[in-house]
Amino acid sequence: MIARVIITPKPVVNDPQGLTVKQGLASLGFREVTDVRVGKYIEVNIEGSSEHEARRRVEEMCRQLLANHVIEDFRFDIEQEHKRR
Amino acid sequence: MRFGVVVFPGTWSDRDCGWVIDQVLGQELTYLWHKDTDLKGCDCVILPGGFAYGDYLRTGAIARFAPIMEQVGDFADRGGLVWGICNGFQVLCEAGLLPGALIRNASLEFRCEWTNLLVERTDLPFTSKCGDREVIRVPIAHGEGSYFADPATLSRLEQRGQVVFRYCDSRGRVVPAANPNGSMHNIAGIVNARGNVLGMMPHPERCSEAELGGTDGLKLFRSAAEGALKVLVS
Repeated sequence: MIARVIITPKPVVNDPQGLTVKQGLASLGFREVTDVRVGKYIEVNIEGSSEHEARRRVEEMCRQLLANHVIEDFRFDIEQEHKRR
Repeated sequence: MRFGVVVFPGTWSDRDCGWVIDQVLGQELTYLWHKDTDLKGCDCVILPGGFAYGDYLRTGAIARFAPIMEQVGDFADRGGLVWGICNGFQVLCEAGLLPGALIRNASLEFRCEWTNLLVERTDLPFTSKCGDREVIRVPIAHGEGSYFADPATLSRLEQRGQVVFRYCDSRGRVVPAANPNGSMHNIAGIVNARGNVLGMMPHPERCSEAELGGTDGLKLFRSAAEGALKVLVS
């Protein structure tokens, strides 16, 4: 199984990277852009457990390490991965 | 009086802190390796600046799992003096020993410059040698030193007087222009409610000898050297 974890700065946290990217997009002519937030993407490979169990474990991983609850929100999907050759 | 300076892989200010303790102050010094599991009888533990474990994931995020950190947390719980400087402050926040977090500077730049700090607490073991509301000159060197806390935490810190250092101008005015990194309320350093765990972004170890352009940092080291002897560790 593979967990695809997305971590974003909380809405109340100032995100200077996002603001800078937004300005960059505007200067390229993408004037429809109203907001940009820059976060992190983490892939976690998991073996064994059921999807339900994996979901519970990944939630714990996010709480304990992958995200800092003071400044970040997290969400994730779990996919059954095709067997690698 | 024995200072312990914690060394993680990627720490870089350990020798600067050690020099001040050993050569300038003439106090006992022990380096504590991140894999150590005891504090070797230290009266004050310093978590110095640098990039512990490469600051992978987030600043201080991995360092907090080092074996030594369990001892540091236990020591703090028992009332021992713990002092986080720059990366050490980030580690203390990640470890939950101090509230809030340090995020990317608002400018997105790594800022390496002198700052003025308004000392708002002089009743602490770390600041007793400072004058009341004294302005001290201490350099910063960081890319992620913008202090953030949610509104409830921030107001609790202010109400309890846990803000120890605030970026100010040379006359002690806390103004936006004196804020080098976008920290909320110009916060440069905070202490826990009990007053024994201090975190600060500026580097007092880099201004403890006249040759380095200033000696205000030495006031904090002198305070800690004296203060640690008065603190009762249970």
